Amino acid sequence: MTNIKTGMGPETTSIETARQKEGPFKRMLKLQAFQIFIVLIVLVLIFSALAPESFATLSNLRLVVQNASILAVLGVGMTYVIITSGIDLSIGSVLVFSGVVSALTMRAIGGDDWGTAAIGVVVSIVVGLAWGIFNGVLISKAKVPPLIVTLGSLGMALGLAQILTGGVDVRDVPSVLTTTIGYGNILGGIPVISVIALVVVVIGALVLHYTKFGLYTYAVGSSEEAARRVGVKVDQHLIRVYAISGGLAGLAGVMSLSQFSTTAIAGQSQTNLNVIAAVVIGGTSLFGGYGTIFGTVVGLFIPAVLQNGFVITGIQPFWQQVAVGAVLIVAVYIDQVRRAAAARGQSTNLWRRLVSRKSE
Amino acid sequence: MTTPVLEARGLSRAFGHVLALDDADFEVYPGEVTALIGDNGAGKSTLVKALSGNLAVDSGEIKFAGEPIQLTSPTQASALGIETVYQDLALAPHLDPVQNMYLGRELMRGGLGGAVGLMNVNEMRSQSRVAFDELGATVRSLTTPVGSMSGGQRQAVAIARAVHWANKVVFLDEPTAALGVRQTKNVLETIRRVRDKGIAVVFISHSMPHVMEVSDRVQVLRLGHRAAVLDAKHTNMEELVGLMTGASTKGAA
Ligand SMILES: Nc1ncnc2c1ncn2[C@@H]1O[C@H](COP(=O)(O)OP(=O)(O)OP(=O)(O)O)[C@@H](O)[C@H]1O
Ligand SMILES: [Mg+2]
Repeated sequence: MTNIKTGMGPETTSIETARQKEGPFKRMLKLQAFQIFIVLIVLVLIFSALAPESFATLSNLRLVVQNASILAVLGVGMTYVIITSGIDLSIGSVLVFSGVVSALTMRAIGGDDWGTAAIGVVVSIVVGLAWGIFNGVLISKAKVPPLIVTLGSLGMALGLAQILTGGVDVRDVPSVLTTTIGYGNILGGIPVISVIALVVVVIGALVLHYTKFGLYTYAVGSSEEAARRVGVKVDQHLIRVYAISGGLAGLAGVMSLSQFSTTAIAGQSQTNLNVIAAVVIGGTSLFGGYGTIFGTVVGLFIPAVLQNGFVITGIQPFWQQVAVGAVLIVAVYIDQVRRAAAARGQSTNLWRRLVSRKSE
Repeated sequence: MTTPVLEARGLSRAFGHVLALDDADFEVYPGEVTALIGDNGAGKSTLVKALSGNLAVDSGEIKFAGEPIQLTSPTQASALGIETVYQDLALAPHLDPVQNMYLGRELMRGGLGGAVGLMNVNEMRSQSRVAFDELGATVRSLTTPVGSMSGGQRQAVAIARAVHWANKVVFLDEPTAALGVRQTKNVLETIRRVRDKGIAVVFISHSMPHVMEVSDRVQVLRLGHRAAVLDAKHTNMEELVGLMTGASTKGAA
């Protein structure tokens, strides 16, 4: 008995190699980001029905979008970070620190022209990038967990911002910045600040979903070991991802300076949590490997619409925090269920699963 | 005799008090299937990791095509044409089969698109499809994440990837462990086909019938040390089992 000739019985599995092609539309329906998008639409419809004259107006929509713009820029960076299964708690402080350094630089140069403003913009972004690289190096090379590194840099950046300013906000921001980026409009009413955010969101989404850089971001979050073994430079990639998050926080720093004409040092203490909540509500998995920029944008608008809608309909706006907290927990629960299902090789379509659970 | 394409002399590696490799020798020849067998914990996976750039050894020498080399990373091994299917497969569960197949070696688009990092997804997809077809793999969808596939499908993806990229040596660490009868037959056929291309195949398995069926040469590892090298045509299962368990000893070591 040396050689067993494997006698083939009737085939149980038909060999059908990749014949089944899912349309992009059908795949979209399965995305948590898309499901949460439906929730957003429903919210908008409800508030529109309750307050048609005040909620469902162009100027109110404009307000909501404008208020979400800075968070959207931060959200793009955070989405990348969370897809690598990391976290960046430092973005609010880095925003403040970059804004402070930028404002001090512009004040030192003096002048109210585009030359000064351009230097201020570049300084803010570069300072943010530097913080991001600092985070990334500690996380990838020194192997300190991202939660700790960015908690540390959160404190450091905020403390240094206060040291630099003596705790007093810098209020002289060149008016070219405030009148254009701050509250300027183009095309008869579209806020410039929102256009900037839109550009960042679109580029962020294209890079994440269509380039090698984006693919490696998913790969590193999905299995660092698998990525390393095929030669992906995991450390370098993590540094770049945290640099993006820091650089975008720097950009957000100038946007905030321009919008509020002050460094608003104390104004960003909740920013990191709000952005993380948006990313997670949008379906990006805290465990890495999965997520979309589209989801993050939708995830930003849910709290924004709730806040705005509660104010307009006269509900105590504090309810917004309660509602957002609940949405956040539900979002993570859904992610958990999906991951468990995927691990068992079951259908990951949430609706079908919930229905089938009931009929058991 | 021809020079071995890959050769190890006196490899040792300890994990704490456990000597996973103890002065182990090993060699593989082009166009041959070498089975590497041994009990659980004999050091087979450790040897594969050492020879594929995934693990530093404490002492010993590795030669590639007769030349001594330092294998320090899996990328370096890949560049030499050495590919590995790890026992834990090492796939990224959230990525689809095509993305896993090409991870780290993406085909880029030409011109401006490629310069900004756009990948040639269609080309990668069609080439992957050919690779899976050749293997007769039951990979149903090229767009679902491998994490939600069955163990056997995942194994097929990992094998297809290794076979696709290797041109000198393929290590297959228990490649048939999760496979059905038909898929196992496909893998064994693939092993022969790869061998016939002149590539050295290292096949690790606990299934003696499979080992007897497909290999040209059998190397037995026991407690981290090579216990025997046998010509597959002139041995039998009783002898192999005896050597693995230490009930008998024989041959070069
Ligand atoms: N990373 C590690 N850390 C500590 N000990 C290890 C490590 N890797 C392997 N070992 C030990 O080295 C020995 C050889 O392990 P190895 O995985 O090479 O065995 P194997 O022959 O592949 O066994 P199996 O047939 O079960 O796959 C075992 O005793 C194992 O516990
Ligand atoms: Mg093993």
